[in-house]
Amino acid sequence: MFLLFCAHLRIPSNSETRSPLAASAIDVRELSKTYEVPVREGGLAAALKSLVQRQTRQVEAVKQISFAVAPGEIVGFLGPNGAGKTTSLKMLSGLLHPSGGQGRVLGFEPFKRQRDFLRQITLVMGNRNQLLWDIPVIDSFERNRAIYRLEQSAYRQTVEELTALLDLGALLDKPVRNLSLGERMKCEIAAALLHKPQVLFLDEPTIGLDVTMQRRIRAFLTEYNQRYGATVLLTSHYMADVEALCKRVVVIHHGLLLFDGQLTELVQRFSPHKTIIVELENGHGDLGNYGEIVASSEGRVSLRVPKAETAQVTGRLLSEQPVLDLTVEDPPIEDVIEEVFEHA
Amino acid sequence: MRGLADIYTTLFRTDLAVQFQYRAAMVIWLIGRIVDTLVFLSVWTAVARSQGGQVGDFTSGDFAAYYIIMMMMGHLTFTWFMFEFEYRVRSGAFSPLLLQPLHPIHRDIATNISYKFLTLAVMLPTVGLMIWIFDPVFDPPAWAIWAAIPVVLLAFLMRFFVEWALALVALWTTRTAAANQLYFAASLFFSGQMAPLSLLPEWLQTLAALLPFRWMLAFPTELLLGRLTPSEVLWGAAAQVMWLGLSWGILGAVWSRGIRRYSAVGS
Repeated sequence: MFLLFCAHLRIPSNSETRSPLAASAIDVRELSKTYEVPVREGGLAAALKSLVQRQTRQVEAVKQISFAVAPGEIVGFLGPNGAGKTTSLKMLSGLLHPSGGQGRVLGFEPFKRQRDFLRQITLVMGNRNQLLWDIPVIDSFERNRAIYRLEQSAYRQTVEELTALLDLGALLDKPVRNLSLGERMKCEIAAALLHKPQVLFLDEPTIGLDVTMQRRIRAFLTEYNQRYGATVLLTSHYMADVEALCKRVVVIHHGLLLFDGQLTELVQRFSPHKTIIVELENGHGDLGNYGEIVASSEGRVSLRVPKAETAQVTGRLLSEQPVLDLTVEDPPIEDVIEEVFEHA
Repeated sequence: MRGLADIYTTLFRTDLAVQFQYRAAMVIWLIGRIVDTLVFLSVWTAVARSQGGQVGDFTSGDFAAYYIIMMMMGHLTFTWFMFEFEYRVRSGAFSPLLLQPLHPIHRDIATNISYKFLTLAVMLPTVGLMIWIFDPVFDPPAWAIWAAIPVVLLAFLMRFFVEWALALVALWTTRTAAANQLYFAASLFFSGQMAPLSLLPEWLQTLAALLPFRWMLAFPTELLLGRLTPSEVLWGAAAQVMWLGLSWGILGAVWSRGIRRYSAVGS
């Protein structure tokens, strides 16, 4: 009888509705999500009124976004808070049912949460804890081994690899509650990768971590991507993550797709300025008529100049000023992103 | 199925490890359960004494046996998921469970069984102590003890599935505590916890037979007291199977709709 129950309650398996293998690992077409949220003014009168007449409004969190990610690609999914990034990741990992459009991951429709689909993906949310709090990390790993039905030998080998890559050796026997935030995050990531997923959805994987730990996680993700050819869709507010990991970015704002292309192209398209950093022999000088001075300290002046005038301004500086050193840089990626959102 | 056996063994083992961390809390929960039983038992024993040693067809010794067995049945069949689901949905703790290739009910079954296995270490000595103190009259025929094995298993399964299916209401409305309270109030009355059902008026007994609660607790308790005929046991088991099938069907029908509705609040 129990076996009968298990059969009844199973998660749909295999290729019940799977399409032929798609060329893209992730294929998103006009994907939309609309939430219905209750609306109520403050105060007792409004509370009483809501008992009789409940008012709701529709919030379009994601509006018909389309993009595709090739197998093995790492794509940064950028946007300010509330842009619809996490909602999109939840739809693509099968946690949310789309209100419209279609998202396909490895040829599966994620919201059906078929067993074969779930075995090939993972979603890591930087601010959420999936490991069991009270028991050693290795016991949580062991649960995942059983749930994902991993062969013992393959599981042990993966644990060894992940332990080496993430330096988990001293952590595996500790209860999760005794780990620091960074240590816990490393263990969370390892737990999420024990089944060697082909698609990784990473939502702020380095949030709250110190610079060293951020760097280590980035190096690990690069290594994992190269070793297993995994596809990664990553959200992060740390532009260092994006610059280190993603050649390509998808930018959304207010649920709309604003940009999809190379990171360098984003900078070119949305930043009409360059930064010229000049160091003068005499340590000072009025450079205000060469461009906008954005920073100045110890003889080094940063000038913001229109991109089209960069060559001309550089020439003038070199001929008219006692220049010790001069470099031309693109503006920081944070500034570019800010520019994108400001003009959206 | 070998994979599922491995899953259950692993979940069971790790759940035991988790529960060992909360020994004190576990003992406090158990004391609550035992105190409930002691209250009902003391009240009915006092009533029986005041009425010349008997209420209906229950003597003081019968009451003692009834409530000791009822306590064990309650322990073996109870679940906490109707309360836990509200937390899971509100906090978003449900999301990680949905991302793994295993229906969340399997985790809950394993956790429930491991908890009961562990707490038997306290429950069994408590039962022994209560037998010594209250001197219950307990003399069921051998066939009733054998019949109790599938009946208790069915009681566990039907209660688990009924309450898990009801817990899914949390996927529609995240405030389920009030509705849960209504369910548990009805359960207290119609499952025979408040009083043996045979002491209730005829129409209430009929109503109790139509609801699921009797088949979760009173029925296996009466069976182990030796108060049922073989045909009553068969009818009772049929009622259990019917409720099990119904809740299973509802669960299957409601699950995918509920998950579709679930909006992964906060996680």
